[in-house]
Amino acid sequence: MIDQGNKRGTLSRRSLIGGAVALGSVGLAKTTVATEPNTDNLPPNVSEWTPYLGDGVDANPYGMPSPFEEHVIRRNVEWLTASTESSVNFTPLHELEGFVTPNGLCFERHHGGVPEVIPSDYRLMINGLVDRELIFTLDDLKRFPQTNRFYFLECAANGGMEWRGAQLNGCQYTFGMVHNVQYTGVLLKDLAREVGVKPQAKWILAEGGDSSGMNRSIPIEKIMDDCIIAWAMNGEALRPEQGYPARLVVPGWEGNMWVKWIRRLEFGDMPYMAREETSKYTDLMKDGKARMFTWVMEAKSVITSPSPEKSIPEKGIHQLRGLAWSGRGKITRVDVSLDGGRNWKTAKLHGPVLDKCLTRFTMPIEWNGEELMIQSRAMDETGYVQPTIDALQAERGVNSIYHNNAIATWLVNKDGSVDNVRLG
Amino acid sequence: MFDLVKTSLVSSLILASIAGPSLASDRPFNLGKIATAEEVSGWDIDVRPDGLGAPVGMGNAIDGEEIYAERCAACHGDFGEAVDRWPALVGGEGTLASHDPVKTTGSYWPYASTMFDYIYRAMPFGEAQSLTPDETYQIVAFLLYMSDIVEDDFNLSHENIGTIKMPNRDGFFLPDPRPDAQPASAEPCMINCNVATNIIVRARDIDVTPESES
Repeated sequence: MIDQGNKRGTLSRRSLIGGAVALGSVGLAKTTVATEPNTDNLPPNVSEWTPYLGDGVDANPYGMPSPFEEHVIRRNVEWLTASTESSVNFTPLHELEGFVTPNGLCFERHHGGVPEVIPSDYRLMINGLVDRELIFTLDDLKRFPQTNRFYFLECAANGGMEWRGAQLNGCQYTFGMVHNVQYTGVLLKDLAREVGVKPQAKWILAEGGDSSGMNRSIPIEKIMDDCIIAWAMNGEALRPEQGYPARLVVPGWEGNMWVKWIRRLEFGDMPYMAREETSKYTDLMKDGKARMFTWVMEAKSVITSPSPEKSIPEKGIHQLRGLAWSGRGKITRVDVSLDGGRNWKTAKLHGPVLDKCLTRFTMPIEWNGEELMIQSRAMDETGYVQPTIDALQAERGVNSIYHNNAIATWLVNKDGSVDNVRLG
Repeated sequence: MFDLVKTSLVSSLILASIAGPSLASDRPFNLGKIATAEEVSGWDIDVRPDGLGAPVGMGNAIDGEEIYAERCAACHGDFGEAVDRWPALVGGEGTLASHDPVKTTGSYWPYASTMFDYIYRAMPFGEAQSLTPDETYQIVAFLLYMSDIVEDDFNLSHENIGTIKMPNRDGFFLPDPRPDAQPASAEPCMINCNVATNIIVRARDIDVTPESES
């Protein structure tokens, strides 16, 4: 990282004026504020980066984004948690295009910090109601038939701070506990065949090797359907914060179940009732009773631009952009409203539209400086319609923390700035 | 169970060509090594609601008070009331249906086994798996005592942890009732929808969003 700092220092010296002005006045969260260009770099002048040689091929053995993109980072909310080791940060959805999340921007949720697992010492144990209790090395796992699939991963608490009203003024903080990458790994059903699962096995306990020993129960039907032990994301080894060297992938279901640094799978005949599936990740209703085992992440969407971090710089044509996803399958439609939900138009979906995967949508808008209340509403292939917050609150109250997939409202002010608001 | 015909077909093809015919035909890939009992017992530390998996040991609240003070109280408070933003472990009874529910081991957790499982595997924070089974039984017994679930001389053990009835044991329900909160018609409203469009909350006014660093 020190090398990176020096490299950025070198770059900024070369483009001192332009770079300093751009980064200084933009600030890090607001990126759409217009900055005065340096006319020396504009036609008909020769731009300052043109006459000189740039970095050679040995300058960045592992490439990094342009220093002008330094504001595109994961961010956390300090007051949310007691320590950063058991905490969460958020994906900057408003800065991303397409449907793939770059590995370094995938939100993080840890319960005991990021362990430094030594790959040669990594082992996956499978025990319990099996014919053979086995231990696999990482190389063993890679010798099984391979699967490559894109899936979104969303924390069940994504939007959890918004149950009672618009609280955090940012797309990143209210929707950013989701990411979408391509996983490479082995299907759990192949591992199950190798150990020979006994007929009485109905559940699996997945357990992490981190300091929290994260453990969750998963029904065997899901295990035998589409779960993966993954060792790669977006073509490279898992990032340490995403479970290096191996994690569980539970497509469409809440992120807490996707146990990272996975060290053990135990087959059993009943759920284990671990801390995370009893005291956490249960949804408290109005009457004081709690829903348990609410695994699937229901259809949801967000407008990523305009958004509180992406104001509209000037009047005229703009491309409204957003993301939609469903844990029950494919997104079939996204509608967009500019008037707080009174009238809707169907947005364009950008393929590929994949199962349990983020889907990009866009809609051109002509902005004439008027106030807008913009919303998006996703539908999936089961016919499920993303609900309003009023509908969710009527069913569940305001204390369930998890599974808030309500339609959000961004208010576009007359000056082009954008706020997270609640309508009523 | 599984598709045994297919499985043995695959395995016989693979094993015949790679590993020879002597291996078990129901093990399709012949990868991994057999785990020894010792290896399994070192990692298989989970404890189920019925007590299965609880390590042999025993402890009561009288002994637990001291180790709790030493290993837990810095974050959770002398009486489980919590320090700073760390979780409270005691109190909150009768609050679950209120505006501000307080979810503690006493008021919310449905199983005592979960307390043992979690403390034994993950606590103290940053010193995971450093407590002995007896110490863990003592701490759990102390927390149960603080929530008026057991007496201070009750000896919690592997034999009885599966029988502890937690106050909120029946506070959870299955199965997942979703999808809920769906519109009356399968085709959602597109034109002149009857919705409230007054702005009643602005996140900007609440002002809890982190400032971007300069």
